[in-house]
Amino acid sequence: MPFLPVFLWTDILIFLLLAVVAGAVVYIRKRPHLSAPWNSVIQRKRGMMAIMILACYVVIGLLDSLHYRPVLESDGNGDQVHYATEVISVFDRLAQPLRQQVEKTYSAPFAHQLYVKEMQTDADGTLVYDYPRLKHGASHLDHPALKLDDIQQTVLKASLLSILLVFIVYLCHCILARWRRKSTLLTEAGRIIRGRSDYPLSTFYLMLLLLTLTAFNLIALSGDYHVFGTDKVGNDVLYQALKSVRTGLVIGTLTTLVMLPLAILLGIAAGYFRGWIDDIIQYIYTTLNSIPGVLLIAAAVLILQVYMNNNPDQFETIAERADMRLLFLCIILGVTSWTGLCRILRAETLKLREAEYVLAARALGASNFSILHRHILPNLMHLVMIAVVLDFSGLVLAEAVLSYVGVGVDPSMISWGNMINSARLEMARDPVVWWSLTAAFISMFILVLAANLFADVVRDAFDPRMQGAQ
Amino acid sequence: MSDSLLQVNNLKTWFGNGEMPYRAVDGIGFSIRRGQTFALLGESGCGKSMTALSLLRLNPHPASRIVSGEVLLDGENLLPLSEAEMEAIRGRRISMIFQEPQSSLNPVLTVGQQIAEVLKWHFNMDAQAMQQRSLELLKSVGIPDPTQRIKEYPHQLSGGMKQRVMIAIALAGEPELLIADEPTTALDVTIQAQILDLLKDIQQKTGMAILLITHDLGVVAQMADHVAVMYAGQIVETASREQFFNDTRHPYTRKLFEALPSDQKREQKLTVIKGSVPPLNQDFNCCRFADRCDFAWQHCHDVEPRWLEPDNHGVRCHLFDPDVDAEHIKSEIRVTSSRLSDVVPADNALLDVKQLKVHFPIKKGILQRTVGHVKAVDNISLSLRPAETLALVGESGCGKTTVGKGILQLVPVTEGQVKYAGKQMTRMSEHELKEARASMQIIFQDPFSSMNPRMTITQVIEEGMLGSSIKNPADKQHKVDELLERVGLRPDIKHRYPHEFSGGQRQRICIARALAAEPEVIICDEPTSALDVSVQAQILNLLRDIQHEFGLSYLFITHNIAVVDYLAHRVAVMYLGRVVEEGRRDEVLNNPKHPYTQALLAAVPRIESDSEQQAIRLEGELPSPANPPQGCHFHQRCPHVMPRCREQYPDLTQLSRSHTVKCYLYEEDYGSTDSN
Repeated sequence: MPFLPVFLWTDILIFLLLAVVAGAVVYIRKRPHLSAPWNSVIQRKRGMMAIMILACYVVIGLLDSLHYRPVLESDGNGDQVHYATEVISVFDRLAQPLRQQVEKTYSAPFAHQLYVKEMQTDADGTLVYDYPRLKHGASHLDHPALKLDDIQQTVLKASLLSILLVFIVYLCHCILARWRRKSTLLTEAGRIIRGRSDYPLSTFYLMLLLLTLTAFNLIALSGDYHVFGTDKVGNDVLYQALKSVRTGLVIGTLTTLVMLPLAILLGIAAGYFRGWIDDIIQYIYTTLNSIPGVLLIAAAVLILQVYMNNNPDQFETIAERADMRLLFLCIILGVTSWTGLCRILRAETLKLREAEYVLAARALGASNFSILHRHILPNLMHLVMIAVVLDFSGLVLAEAVLSYVGVGVDPSMISWGNMINSARLEMARDPVVWWSLTAAFISMFILVLAANLFADVVRDAFDPRMQGAQ
Repeated sequence: MSDSLLQVNNLKTWFGNGEMPYRAVDGIGFSIRRGQTFALLGESGCGKSMTALSLLRLNPHPASRIVSGEVLLDGENLLPLSEAEMEAIRGRRISMIFQEPQSSLNPVLTVGQQIAEVLKWHFNMDAQAMQQRSLELLKSVGIPDPTQRIKEYPHQLSGGMKQRVMIAIALAGEPELLIADEPTTALDVTIQAQILDLLKDIQQKTGMAILLITHDLGVVAQMADHVAVMYAGQIVETASREQFFNDTRHPYTRKLFEALPSDQKREQKLTVIKGSVPPLNQDFNCCRFADRCDFAWQHCHDVEPRWLEPDNHGVRCHLFDPDVDAEHIKSEIRVTSSRLSDVVPADNALLDVKQLKVHFPIKKGILQRTVGHVKAVDNISLSLRPAETLALVGESGCGKTTVGKGILQLVPVTEGQVKYAGKQMTRMSEHELKEARASMQIIFQDPFSSMNPRMTITQVIEEGMLGSSIKNPADKQHKVDELLERVGLRPDIKHRYPHEFSGGQRQRICIARALAAEPEVIICDEPTSALDVSVQAQILNLLRDIQHEFGLSYLFITHNIAVVDYLAHRVAVMYLGRVVEEGRRDEVLNNPKHPYTQALLAAVPRIESDSEQQAIRLEGELPSPANPPQGCHFHQRCPHVMPRCREQYPDLTQLSRSHTVKCYLYEEDYGSTDSN
């Protein structure tokens, strides 16, 4: 086998989550009352935009979650196959040039030379104290003066290509629609542009154009340049920003996976059974709520670190070690953040248990279990949905803050928090190194903004009052 | 025309902007004279409230817009006025009171502040004068001890008091026109009578005009000088009260009268209006009522009827158009007999409730100590025979719903016995209860909340078959179809969700669910009070039919005396957790003995205006069941109160074999027996 698949814990959980989501989509599609709010999410322009951006991030994150150890070049004596100790992902493989084009140290975006002067010998053999040329960035150019023309040409080509691609997609769509509706091609084209369809197709195409433009340009430019510069040890910052996507997504989604069972089980139990069960659960979450979350997280992460230092043999690679810490961070974040949702669910259950259909079910002789699972849980799902989507962006930001404080993910793991953390020193440097922070900021900002917009639309769609108004 | 205060011409308020706007109000025209009470009558969703809001330009914005028309107040058109100019009219010249006093008062301001707000806005008064005027207003709406009440917050007042405060606020601007949007619908009959009397009284003193919006023909008969009937966004009939009640013209109005349950209709089925109100987002070029009308002929489906006004009795119907050939055949109105007397209840008790008590503890403090009890149900004994309907009557808060839930063991019973078919339900384990409950079912008041919105109709009804012997899925489906057909719905709706149905249809589905458990007793907890009259008639007919067919017993919990009169065999009247009078229907309703029963019956607004009975008006409101008065619970409101009433609760007096009452008035005549 040319590679050895590595299943990290977070990978397994992420794909499990993906399977659950896919199952839910199939389930919801069959039920009109469940699919109606989701349809209205897609029908809103904001919803469409947010979903498309989030989809891009999710694709990057998923590609980055397929890990393997590549086989080492065999040294002749056949049978024994050795695998590299370094675990890389499919995304790493795709972004191979980005990963491997390492400079010596800092270089600015689109630079052709390092950011610091160095002693070097030039062609004559004299020692010069100057900015050396980069090993990879703009190395294909004979002369730095050609850089601007080269960039312009690359951008032009990539943009044209992306426009062409979007146009082809649009054409295929028109042809398909014509074939289905049996009208002329032109009327169909007009229909899509003018937004006569149920879905905001014009927004879809604009967004698609925007995304392909960005993607194509980045791909084309990053082959020859460091688009966002390089960091202290010469790694490409764009690559780091993209690698951080997975960390952010894992924190945002897996935490909710930990949080949901706690919040749902305890919230419903407290609301439905009342009495001493309610008392105990209430005491637990008020106590938990009154301990500062950061303190608890710091304590837990430090304990884990000590454990890992004492048992190094349990972790084969650095990646596994970092992954364990990431997973643990998710768990501890989940444990500290379930109380809010639990409270909401308890209150809603208190209301629902007195609802007449629950009384009717009891009069019909339904058991507690079947009441909980047929009547109460389905009527709470919209609250859960809204809470999960709203929490996501908060958790992504929390990771950044925690890593900055030093109790977040493993320092060896690339994340926005770690990027910002290292930028702390770079900002104090003279001349200032601004690109690391900017790259982290932009990529995180877009994700959080899209998640917030998405949460907004989801809340509107699931809000019963808004449904009445439509 | 000189004395016309408000003249509305061709008012149209539409919702939505698309190609198919929803025409909530579609060309309304009427005029109200000074000092007159003008009643706008109609079923829910026909555009009454939207008309009222449009008059004040308070219609929801931007969801709806006033498309055309004019609203002339003393000859001045209100529609083109600026918002600032409208503010000087709202509350000053036209005031409005709403249905729900609970939500129309601001809970964080005192009563005095809320009245002062209006005074400050419309009259430039100083604080002293404002205080003085507020007190006067509160006194004028009959609030006792106004100096104390003026400092209180809305939550400290009862429902009737709140509505009085609302009226005081509305009167503060000394308006020429008061719009009352279902002012008494949320209140009990005895409180309703007080409020209606108050409105009449104020009208006589101040000479203001009232636009009364209601769905209750009884209230119209009692209050109105002039009546307009709305249907699907249009006025279909207007007349003076005498004309209206003596010579009803429009087929819709006639149907409304016929659908009312009453004593005289006991032996027949109630008339129902078939179908439902047409969706208002279409262009009508026919009579809007044509599809549901018994008299409709082809012409009705082709031409929209004109507005006709022979001898001041306006009507929108081809039947009265002299230009239209009345070549139609007068349709036979078939009265299907459905004799209540056909069902003869057996003489043994199927359900026997003895001294049932349901007390809810009031807990206070950190340690949650019990400081008292709300005695929701206090020592109630009832018995229900097979195939009998026992009506449990009382005002809201008297504990009648709790009786129903207590019988089904849906609330913990404090004391007493519930015996069903010889088995003691109060001592059963959870497991035994599950089986026993299936033979006793409950139908709730609100059909919107009694079905899980996330279950299809099949799932809802299948839940009723939990305890039944049918296990095979195919058989279950078959049974679901059968039940749906039985309650008058098409079986092909079974894969839809509850929100797709109207209130009446949902109530039918609830009945089907109850029937699925094959019960012998159904507890009907106000099953029709959330429904319109015409839909109520359908449900009452259905309930009676299935009683005939399956020999069911009903415990019918209601506050609607007319329904009791139509459906019940026996009646029990509840007051503050206890039954005060019980007997056969004719005994209790025609010859009520307990002063409370007498007052309750007198408070019901009657349509027959000739019976100018001197109404017995109850003072005050229901006391709190947490702290019932010493002695007879009713003594504070009783017109015949005696000193001993204040000391001890009266024992049961047997008036006849079936008629019992708990009142000292009758003790001497018949000699007392020990309770039970």
